[in-house]
Amino acid sequence: MNTVEFTALIGMGSLLAGFLGALTGLGGGVVIVPLLALVFHVDLKYAIGAALVSVIATSSGAAAAYVKEGYSNIRVGMFLEIATTIGALAGAGLALYLHASVIAVIFGLVLIYSAYASLREGQHEMKEQPPDRIATWLRMDGTFPGEHRLESYHVRGVPLGFAMMFVAGVLSGLLGIGSGAVKVLAMDKAMKLPFKVSTTTSNFMIGVTAAASAGIYLSRGYIDPGLAMPVMLGVLLGSLAGARVLARANVKVLRYVFSGVIGVLAIEMIYSGLTGRL
Amino acid sequence: MGEATVHRSDQKMDEIMGALLRTGVLLSAAIVFVGGGLYVTRHRVPATDYRAFHGEPGDLRTISGIFHEALSFSGRGLIQLGLLVLIATPVARVAFSFFAFLYERDWTYVFVTLLVLGLLVYSLFGRHGG
Repeated sequence: MNTVEFTALIGMGSLLAGFLGALTGLGGGVVIVPLLALVFHVDLKYAIGAALVSVIATSSGAAAAYVKEGYSNIRVGMFLEIATTIGALAGAGLALYLHASVIAVIFGLVLIYSAYASLREGQHEMKEQPPDRIATWLRMDGTFPGEHRLESYHVRGVPLGFAMMFVAGVLSGLLGIGSGAVKVLAMDKAMKLPFKVSTTTSNFMIGVTAAASAGIYLSRGYIDPGLAMPVMLGVLLGSLAGARVLARANVKVLRYVFSGVIGVLAIEMIYSGLTGRL
Repeated sequence: MGEATVHRSDQKMDEIMGALLRTGVLLSAAIVFVGGGLYVTRHRVPATDYRAFHGEPGDLRTISGIFHEALSFSGRGLIQLGLLVLIATPVARVAFSFFAFLYERDWTYVFVTLLVLGLLVYSLFGRHGG
């Protein structure tokens, strides 16, 4: 295979991953690593480096639209970024000491959780929350555009949310993913933020979390330009296209299909890890 | 200072931040695209083997090395410069928030953003072996 063919193949795979990732809300980065490692037999370090870069691109591209709509809570995001960046630095450090097979198994488990979480999406109820002392002191309570007027909400569970965000950061730094599913879990379940606020704030945070480990990856030589180029451009274009189609598409069936694909990739990652083929 | 004042300046901050993010991503994608074009046309056969990890050469790992490579119009150097712009985009966003909170005299969040910024700068400028 020559460079043009290799670049085109990786680019097209990444385009599809970005497109489906945006449509289903799972993000493109999460399938890039298994795609590169299992299908193209790319070393896990290079795969993780390239995926991480594409995560920054999609997060920043999407966040540009979301912050304008007024859903994301910047104070909540900024405060929790302390936890995710420390976690990301720890995760990128941990990657040095863990064997590739261990990383592959953890990756598979996180994939399964992400697929499960995306299928459960939509099953959340919004209850009026009483104000919380820490959240009030940090001035986190906010508003978001409801159907008729601005709806205000109170934030709760800051310490638990902070701890969960640290875990999300570690996973992001270790696996080169955005950890969107864990971030949403922390904000939706622990901090009781409205669901739309959780997802957009999570997206807003992903870029900063990923940038924290990207610096370390770059200086360790994990980010290869020849590989990262088609991955980053492909995922970015695919996710932009996916976001456009999203408004008109019925994604329910697609979400099941994509979750199924992720489930298969997850089992394949775990199997490859356990048998030492990665 | 009422609730409404805080909210209005927050909204303006959101808009500038959105523009900042969009510019960073577009600029980065453009540089990566140009570098990619140079790389693919100059570097035909055979495709690089990624099955085993070798690590990047020193010049593609450090900020000064990447600038040096990009200025000599190496395709790989230009791609790496574009990726550096991409990594810098969220960092610039945090830096912008720092100044916005400073302007609002919101000292708690001035401290919060400064801390996050410090961690990002450590990651980007520190030397991490391996």
